[in-house]
Amino acid sequence: MSETVESVSALIIQKLLENPKVPRDIDGNCKIMEDLAFDSLAVMNFVMEVEDTLDVSVPLDKLADIRTINDLAACIVALKNKG
Amino acid sequence: MTSLFAKFDGTASALGALVQAGGRNPFAVVIEKPLSSTVGIIEGRETLLFGTNNYLGLSQSERAIKAAQDAVAKYGVGTTGSRIANGTQSLHRQLEKRIADYFNRRDAMVFSTGYQANLGMISTLVGKDDYLILDADSHASIYDGSRLSPAQVIRFRHNDADDLYKRLKRLDGTPGAKLVVVEGIYSMTGNVAPVAEMAAIKRETGSYLLVDEAHSFGVMGEKGLGVAEAAGVEADVDFVVGTFSKSLGTVGGYCVSDHPELEFVRLNCRPYMFTASLPPEVIAATMAALEDMQAHPELRTQLMDNAARLHAGFHKIGLNASRQVSPVIAVTLEEMGQAIVMWNRLLELGVYVNLSVPPATPDHRPLLRCSVMATHTAAQIDQAIEIFRQAGLDAGVLSTATA
Repeated sequence: MSETVESVSALIIQKLLENPKVPRDIDGNCKIMEDLAFDSLAVMNFVMEVEDTLDVSVPLDKLADIRTINDLAACIVALKNKG
Repeated sequence: MTSLFAKFDGTASALGALVQAGGRNPFAVVIEKPLSSTVGIIEGRETLLFGTNNYLGLSQSERAIKAAQDAVAKYGVGTTGSRIANGTQSLHRQLEKRIADYFNRRDAMVFSTGYQANLGMISTLVGKDDYLILDADSHASIYDGSRLSPAQVIRFRHNDADDLYKRLKRLDGTPGAKLVVVEGIYSMTGNVAPVAEMAAIKRETGSYLLVDEAHSFGVMGEKGLGVAEAAGVEADVDFVVGTFSKSLGTVGGYCVSDHPELEFVRLNCRPYMFTASLPPEVIAATMAALEDMQAHPELRTQLMDNAARLHAGFHKIGLNASRQVSPVIAVTLEEMGQAIVMWNRLLELGVYVNLSVPPATPDHRPLLRCSVMATHTAAQIDQAIEIFRQAGLDAGVLSTATA
């Protein structure tokens, strides 16, 4: 359980860059829907991949408050610490 | 001043592009007159209907039409009230009893639409500390129910029992009840849920299981009760949700269950309470259609034979159609341009199907979604396959070498 917001954020960015359509210059402050042009379905599907890598489930109601990559990372770290 | 309607700019431009590319709005098709369950007049032409979910053709059932006429003459055209106030007549309780009996369940709740049945059951059953575990490709009514509920919502990969198991195991030790929601047949793709595997997981993890049999009722299982009956796991399903607007040809939704607490769900379920109940003629027609379905099990055999015929025909001409044979057969296309041209050509040549576009489809690809009926003739199916071949060639989806 050594994940930090920084390390999770880096992992998310690495996973996002596996998608060739994602801009190359993204950072933790990028807004997932606006800056990456993800629709709500794409966000949910992407979060599923991150969930499996980190063995955590992010409830959909939590996604509503997430705008940036760092928000998602902070949410995942909080969920992992709780578990 | 911010326009209230700025949020629709994306819809407006997407629709504009669709109309420009194809010449008509695919979401504004008007069936000017149904001539039978399988043929309707569209744009003045007789058109084969392959996109109406009317699996058994019972929207045109003579028994149901007569029952509706009698009920309307006897009871009037509407109830003008909620099920928990003045909106329950003897007919409503009779229909609930018949549906419950047919499923061999303790009780049934009848809702005004299938959408409301999912919305109501899902939002009411789970509370703040509970978990809803949904298939990723769930229908909008399931997602909307989850949004109306205070529960934690977790998605698992479509039809993937291992993924469901993994996600439930992650919740080991967390307080709160877990409700797993799956559909019998998925409406967009025709995929059938591996419900036996899901039932085993439900038993092992001590969760509850709700199966939406909207597209599988009247279609699968010996009595037509859906995938749970076909898989022999009815006892593991806590709640069956369904609709009257597919196989039974009318409108309305229901939930059947053996849990005696269904009585209290009625008094906590907003989409059940805060809406008017179904009018008497719809209730009477639904009961008559259910009688038709019970009296004619051969309709299900005919339906599956027809589905197999269309499915084989699509594969033979080289279309990328659903893998499984079910009355929903989706042809997946790679890009929107082709889908628009092909859908428009189909309509011009005399076949109506549903054009389904992302994000209502899985993996961002457009679908030409077909639904087969028991009442389609072999000649109509063969004609539809030929028209698909022609439209596929015209749209560049098929090449002359393969088709």
